[in-house]
Amino acid sequence: MKLEGKKRIWSEYQKEIADDHYYYARSCIRQNFFPASETIFLRIMQQELGKDIKDDARHTTCTGIAYHSDLVPFDTTMTVVARLFSLMTEAGYENYAPSCITSFGLYSEILETWEHHPEIEARVREHLWKSTRREFKKPKNLAHASDIVYKFRHRIAEKGKYRLVNHKTGEPLKVVEHIGCHYSRMFPHKGVGGAEYPYVLVGMIEAWGGEVVDYPERRHCCGFGFRQYLVKSNRGYSISSSRKKFESMEPFKPDMIITNCPGCPYFLDRWQYAISEMEGKTYGENGNGIPVLTYEETAGLVMGYDPWDLGFQMHQVSVEPLLDKIGVPYDPYAKYLGVNGKFIGTPEHPEVLKVY
Amino acid sequence: MGALYDRLKQDIRFEEGLKACINCGTCTAICTAAEFYDYDPRLVTDTVQSKDDAKIEALLKSETIWYCGECMSCKTRCPRGNTPGLIIMALRSLSQEMGYFVESEKGRQQLALKRMVGETILDLGYCVHASHMDTSLFPEQGPMWDWVSQSRKEVYNRLGANYDGEGSGAMRKIPRESLNELSAIFDQTGATERFEKIEKLSEEKAKEMGLGFDEGKSCEYFNYVYTGKHPEES
Repeated sequence: MKLEGKKRIWSEYQKEIADDHYYYARSCIRQNFFPASETIFLRIMQQELGKDIKDDARHTTCTGIAYHSDLVPFDTTMTVVARLFSLMTEAGYENYAPSCITSFGLYSEILETWEHHPEIEARVREHLWKSTRREFKKPKNLAHASDIVYKFRHRIAEKGKYRLVNHKTGEPLKVVEHIGCHYSRMFPHKGVGGAEYPYVLVGMIEAWGGEVVDYPERRHCCGFGFRQYLVKSNRGYSISSSRKKFESMEPFKPDMIITNCPGCPYFLDRWQYAISEMEGKTYGENGNGIPVLTYEETAGLVMGYDPWDLGFQMHQVSVEPLLDKIGVPYDPYAKYLGVNGKFIGTPEHPEVLKVY
Repeated sequence: MGALYDRLKQDIRFEEGLKACINCGTCTAICTAAEFYDYDPRLVTDTVQSKDDAKIEALLKSETIWYCGECMSCKTRCPRGNTPGLIIMALRSLSQEMGYFVESEKGRQQLALKRMVGETILDLGYCVHASHMDTSLFPEQGPMWDWVSQSRKEVYNRLGANYDGEGSGAMRKIPRESLNELSAIFDQTGATERFEKIEKLSEEKAKEMGLGFDEGKSCEYFNYVYTGKHPEES
């Protein structure tokens, strides 16, 4: 194939990612379970890369989890999103950067709906005006926060202190990447690499020295399924999906899992603990689990930030075996301390899964 | 063409989700839910495509429509551009509008979701909130989460959050004006009406089933729909 033809084909799998001046929309799940990830993302953007990014107190949930639990009508979700765009407009920004993949998928769905059905956009504008007296401009650029980290992955590698490499053997770490269903399955052209070749995490792993594990269930859902997790009696669906992935990746002996969506690391972390309690099975070496990291935590690790600033103490699967492999020093006694080193107790240890 | 089919056609997600199904079953092959449940999105699509109102009504009252996890893998794979996941969303909306959702065990779970997710949005501005997620409801969170719950503000703020504080930051208190705007949007766009319908029809169903019903997350009916365990079993 001629080079020109190849370039044309691959151009369909690229997306435009704004270079600066972002309106940041936090994620409900990430704030609750991986709050440090958002702190680290802002620290890297503002302090390391010198970017302008707005963190607005007034923004709320986009209702994504309620929408996909079929609790709220589409008009409600579209109007809440319109309000978020109104806050962006009011703050003087045009580039919208959500932290959540469910939100990102939803923004993509809504912008696509409005493009093809301008009468729906007009109706939503009327809803928003009647309920809040607000108006809005649509974002010029929509990039998930991981798209932005991907864009600057080489600069992070240049500034970084560590690589995803075993410091004793010099071998690249074996990294499982989990992309999150709503990143590009619905609207492939909105994600880096599309639905067939999602490259957003692979690009980070390669730039930071790791080796991507290609295993049979690589693209399988983590099993959130919205109502399939939120309602206790449905959770068999959720744990079964995660278990299917663990069983499939286990023979490849991954050193870590890196995730894109805020929900996926929650499930891939918590279900390892639950499986260890239910079946006595662990998926890492010597009774450990496979550490599950967000892409922000991984970027922070590469930058050389203190592991406890990255929030690893809020994981149920301990990350220490990974830190030892990379050669990151840490103070085990500081892991569970509160603000200003205050002692706030330590968690109990599970019966099977090794926790430090 | 039946009245229910006409109602479905009014939902843009149904319009976008159903082009012309050729019954190839690719959606079922890729479906996460089909691996776990006795669920076949191909059959769902075929049923709505039949435009047969009696069959659609049976579907709206069934367990079937509540099995999908809305991962939307079907969207990527369908060779004819259908999205069974979007059809499911339209069916679930109509099932609630028609009041049919209380006829199935899975449909009745909408009450639990309304009280856990819907009310959290209106009260706090988040879909979920750590203060509502203890390990009795979410035991898989593990002992780490009990530790977090005992010193929530310390743990979050140690990580750069602004737990329940004024101003920006993770887990901040969402300003009252923002919550008021959310509430006004819910009133304007039909979410409040749907919430009221879920409550009213769930209360009637609880009476019919002989289960206690009141506000909050501890009445017999809530526990039954949330855990699947009948009070006589517990």
